Amino acid sequence: MNNPTDIKERVKKNIIWKSIFRRDYRNTVRDRAQAIFGNVFLHLHPVQVREGAVKLRFTWGMGGITFFAFIILVITGVVLMFYYHPSVSQAYSDIKDLEFQVPFGVILRNLHRWGAHFMVIVVMIHMFRVFMTGSYKAPRQFNWGVGVILLVLTFMLSFTGYLTPWDQLGFWAITVGTNMGAATPLLGYQGPFSEFLHITPFNDVRFALLGGSRVADNALLRAYIWHCVAIPLVSVILMFVHFWRVRKDGGISKPHK
Amino acid sequence: MNPFIEIITQPDNIAIVIMVILVSFFTVWAFQQAFQNDKLIAVGQPVDGENEGLVDTFKPLVRIELIIALAVMVFLTFWSIVVDAPLEEIANPTLTPNPAKAPWYFLGLQELLVYFDPWLAGVVLPSLIIVGLMAIPYIDINPKGNGYYSFEERKFAIITFSFGFFILWLLLIVIGVFFRGPGWLWYWPWQEWDHARVVFEPTRDFSTVFGIDSRSLPGFILGAIVVNGYLIGGMIAPYKYLKKKMPEFLKEFGMIRYIVTTSLFITMMSIPIKMVLRLVFLIKYIWITPWFNV
Repeated sequence: MNNPTDIKERVKKNIIWKSIFRRDYRNTVRDRAQAIFGNVFLHLHPVQVREGAVKLRFTWGMGGITFFAFIILVITGVVLMFYYHPSVSQAYSDIKDLEFQVPFGVILRNLHRWGAHFMVIVVMIHMFRVFMTGSYKAPRQFNWGVGVILLVLTFMLSFTGYLTPWDQLGFWAITVGTNMGAATPLLGYQGPFSEFLHITPFNDVRFALLGGSRVADNALLRAYIWHCVAIPLVSVILMFVHFWRVRKDGGISKPHK
Repeated sequence: MNPFIEIITQPDNIAIVIMVILVSFFTVWAFQQAFQNDKLIAVGQPVDGENEGLVDTFKPLVRIELIIALAVMVFLTFWSIVVDAPLEEIANPTLTPNPAKAPWYFLGLQELLVYFDPWLAGVVLPSLIIVGLMAIPYIDINPKGNGYYSFEERKFAIITFSFGFFILWLLLIVIGVFFRGPGWLWYWPWQEWDHARVVFEPTRDFSTVFGIDSRSLPGFILGAIVVNGYLIGGMIAPYKYLKKKMPEFLKEFGMIRYIVTTSLFITMMSIPIKMVLRLVFLIKYIWITPWFNV
């Protein structure tokens, strides 16, 4: 009775165990396939992949690492949201609280900050890999385009997150960045030809980005909503399309004879 | 402390150091595999991965994904334990830092502000980068090099992309992070930042080199001729060349693809050209109009 194998057998026969795993894994062809398509998280994968997809030297795992970095950022980001108010009066002291009051607050913020830098780096390397293997070529042209948008969204996610601590670094980075919006041709008040559309500092692109004519409370709220809700939502939808199309376009690219 | 060590160990700059290390590593790996495959193709051998079979996803792929995920988690946790994310003073609209830098991945674009007006450097060129990247699969009609590393078969594509990626994007980021100090002046990493430093660098406009006032009508006309000459000449010259040397390719390529590719290419090349004009000949504007300056 105290034999470990006996305990294992008894656990496996338990109705709770059986309700979760349904059947035993026996390392047969059928069970290996079942492990993939019977699992909601793994079923994005095909049941079989070509050998090159498993070899690191071809893909470097960069797309997957990008996605994993995104997951880390979502988890740490959600936890950070519990401690944060997107208002000028509270934002900065909330970050200070993370540093000095919240248990593990420092490492939580560090993980989010360095994870974000890391994701920007690996997504660029992923693009470089896809280019170098010519994987954007037919039939994967469309998915390359989706990938370019996801790259831009990654920059935007990081950029909108910059303002949230409401410190000098974020404030002036966003000031520099959104001032570019004012230079948009036709639609920015400093841009060429904008006078033909009667564009002023109070109705141009920069105003729309900031919710005002300067970086203040509205800008912080907008950055926060873009950062925590709007851009992640669009990104997740496009990631689904991106992963789906990887499979529909024939999986990881391979040489043709 | 040595200013160079100081600047590369600033918490946010560690990311740039990691980027440089990772990108260098993967660049070497990519080109090494490309040259290996080139050799195989040259002797008619199958390239790496050509005769591969299938393996079960469970467990080889799932296992490797788990290991990578754990490794990434360990790496990020280590990074987060060792280095603390900085928090500067509370935002103060009345105290402008000098230099005020954009986030690091946009510093390439901020660097372009030295050479172009904001509507070009901050809006038009970034938009064209995005459009240009998305256009790549539709303008690259070379069917070779699909699904394996290679160089010889797609030299033009790889050299053009590498020029944009390594020089115009990554190198400008590194310059923006490590070599730009107060007033966006150039500082070597071993130099102390001097906030009182002023560099008197009289710039001129293109037409003033020839003694013509750039804001006068003749200056306007000269600028218009040079800028439009570059654009039109840049469109026609490759056409003439291809027509003579590679007529079949040009026919297959088609007019729309030719126009899109050439426009993107001459826009990209205008960046190094303008850099040389500005840095070597101290030329600020080539063409001054009442609406915009180029």
